Parts: sequence; structure tokens; C-alpha cells
Amino acid sequence: MKKSEVPQDNGRVFEKGSRELYYALDEDGQYTTQLSTGWDAKTVVQDQTMLVLQERIDKAQQDVRDGLVSPIVYFMELRRMDWQLLSDYTGFWKWRVRRHAKPSVFHKLNDRMLAKYADTFDISIEELRNYKGD
Amino acid sequence: MQLNFEHQITAHCENGVASNLLKNKGLPISEPMVFGIGSGLFYVYLPFLKVNHAPGLSYRPAPGWIFNRLAKRLGLKIKRLKFSDKKKAQQALDENLANNIPSGLQVGVYHLPYFPEDYRFHFNAHNLVVYGKENGNYLISDPTMEEVHTLTEAELEKVRFAKGVLAPKGHMYYPIYIPAEIDWEKAITKAIKKTCSDMLAPVPIIGVRGMRMVARAIRNWPKKVGVKKANYYLAQMVRMQEEIGTGGGGFRYIYSAFLQEAGQKINKPALTVLSQEMTNIGDLWRDFAVAASRVYKNRSNQDDVYNKLSNDLLHLADLEEAFFKKLRKAV
Repeated sequence: MKKSEVPQDNGRVFEKGSRELYYALDEDGQYTTQLSTGWDAKTVVQDQTMLVLQERIDKAQQDVRDGLVSPIVYFMELRRMDWQLLSDYTGFWKWRVRRHAKPSVFHKLNDRMLAKYADTFDISIEELRNYKGD
Repeated sequence: MQLNFEHQITAHCENGVASNLLKNKGLPISEPMVFGIGSGLFYVYLPFLKVNHAPGLSYRPAPGWIFNRLAKRLGLKIKRLKFSDKKKAQQALDENLANNIPSGLQVGVYHLPYFPEDYRFHFNAHNLVVYGKENGNYLISDPTMEEVHTLTEAELEKVRFAKGVLAPKGHMYYPIYIPAEIDWEKAITKAIKKTCSDMLAPVPIIGVRGMRMVARAIRNWPKKVGVKKANYYLAQMVRMQEEIGTGGGGFRYIYSAFLQEAGQKINKPALTVLSQEMTNIGDLWRDFAVAASRVYKNRSNQDDVYNKLSNDLLHLADLEEAFFKKLRKAV
């Protein structure tokens, strides 16, 4: 890629006030660096990914509302986590985390256990306990 | 307190931290040289490991390897520390700063406040340098960012103790010894040989064979997991490939820059010629990303798109196989 071809398509990094560095060729065929504000090809796949993640969050929200899963599932999706990661953060075995995703089990959790989830999700115990999918 | 440290933006975090720390220690070394001598170019497909709900794929060796290999080949010594106690991790960092030692840290990116929302995933192999502390805030040189940033003690603790795959565990590192004499020719030759043997490895998930395995998998994705999931897998693949100048095209360009610089440094014109060839391969990687991004714009003929992408990747694997065989002979 030539220096003049480094894309300047104003992507997400640029929106946050930075640019990305590329190695590209100058007119004499020597490698040099050039800053880029973003590249459409990348922005498209980023946006696509965000869309899918939002769908997962929306579905989890609906499932909490319908009483199918506990709020843990919603916040797990919201924080872009999966069962394994949630298990790593809380220190609970994965099968226990999955059990806590059932509303009936979730309602019986004590504050000490809820606190581990709340800390992980960066919310208060009340927010976690009272989340109804609204 | 602010240490004498020059922040410089680079294409990739680990190269950048290594290059910036070594420059600070009095060894001027460019990012491409770090990447090349650290044998940073790699490819591994891990279909059994799901990352962000998609098959795992890595374009580089495990975190820390680039800097470690660089150190070994140049005769540098790096001090590395990991911690189970968060308090001790902070103490050790504060002591380093008091002793005028800018320190590299491995961190998770999810909790980095200055990262764009779209880039904040639970990815734990990011690297940055702490070069001071002012009013209780750490001064951060993140080599993928144009400007420097600050993090509070709590924020830094959070990213240093992120959990999950490749959890950093407070990992801190800094060079402690740089030899007076460096045998560049030996280091460069060894590094290039390693990259060639990695990319040509007789292992089905590594190097050009790994690329072929992914190419075959892509072809079947729409049938095997459905179009929706296939599109998501593909998006993850391209994201890993081109995120912040890394992976596919980005890495090929850095490697080309390395071959050019190395060729001039040890007077081997053959490397300069091969640098041009690698640049062309890098261009094709970017074409691949563009073709993949069309999947999301034009929803017709999905099978054709996946067939085409599969063929493109097979072609790239062929080109790279030929390239690395030539490169191996050139050193």
C-alpha cells in the first residue's frame, strides 16, 4: 500500500479522538508511516458485530421480562461476557453460574453471592436484584 | 512525578511497548525491527476455542513472546513480574516509578476508558507503559493511541487484574540490561528462519496450513451454522485481522518494513526485493477484508461470497507458502 492510499474514512477510533498508524510506501518505495482516521471495510464489520451483540442484549432483556432467565443473563450480555468469563470473575463454577441464571434459583441467592455478580457487572445489588427487563 | 519517556504511536501494542521502552533505555529500535526480530508474524486457527462466540483465530504468537524472542536474540534482559496480590502489584509499580523505571504492563482492554466502545472486548493481551504518577493518577502511554492518557489507581487495578483467557495477573515488565554490542545479522537471520518455520509448520492449524483449514471452513459456514451465524463469524475474523493495524494486511506491511530495514542494515538486497513481494501480499489481505465487508452490504448470493472468500484465502496461503520458502533460502 502506498502512503497516499492509506484510508481516511473516519472510523470509531477517530471518533474517540485518535488515529491509527499504518506502514506504507513513499514515492521512492521506502517504508514510512502514515496515520489513518479509519477504514470503511473495518467499520462495516465493527458495526455488524455491534448489531449482533445488541440483538443478544435485547433478547436477554426480553427473556428476563418473560421470566425465562434471571437478570444475570442480561447483565452478562450487556458486559459482553460469556459463562466462562462470568465464572472467572465471580469465582463460581460455571455450572453454578448457569444455575443462577434460572429465576427460581436467582431469587434465593443471598447478598454475599449477589454482591459478587454486582461487583462484576459494576452495578449495585439492588439494581441487579430488581432488574425486571424494562 | 513524570519520568523522562517519549510516547510514540505504533501500529501494534506489544511492538510499540518494546520499541518505546528500549528507546528509553538507549537502544534505538523501530517497531518493524521489534516485530521482525521478535518473529511476530504468525497464524493459528483454534476452532475448538470460542472467542466472543466465534471460532478463535490469532495472527500473532502468545502475548509476551515477541518481546521475549527479541530479548533472546539481541541479548537483552527483561524483568517480568506477576502478582496474586493487587496491593503488591501497585506497590511494585510505584516503586519502579520512584526508581525512574517506565514499566510495561499487560492489561485487559474491556475496562480501558479511553478505548472506543466498539473495541472494548474482554481481550487481555493489550500492552501499555506507565511513565509516571501525578495527583494519584497514572500517566499512560498506550502505543496504539496518538495521545497519552491517565488512569486512576482503581482503573489501572481493574485492567491489570482483568479475568478470562490470558488473564494478565498484574503482569509488569521492563528491560534491565542492554548489551554494548549486538550481532544484528545473527539476530535477523535467526528471527527470519523462525518465522519461516512457523508459517510453513507441518501442523494443520498453524501457518499457511492453518489458513487453508480456515478457507475450507469458511466455504461450509453458511450451510453448517446458517447464514446469520456465518456472517457473524466472518465479521469476527475480519475484526481480528484488521483491528488497530494488526493481523492480516497490517502485519504484512510491518513485516515488509522490517525486511526492507533489515536488508539495508545487514546489506542483503534479497530481503529488500522480498519486502516488495510481501507488500503485495499485504494488499491482497486488505482486498480480502474489503470483499468480506461486502457480505453485509449486499445480501444476495451468500454462497458465492463465501466460496469466493474461501478461494481468496487459499490463494493467499499459496502465495505465502511460496514467499516463505523463498525467504528461507534468502537468509
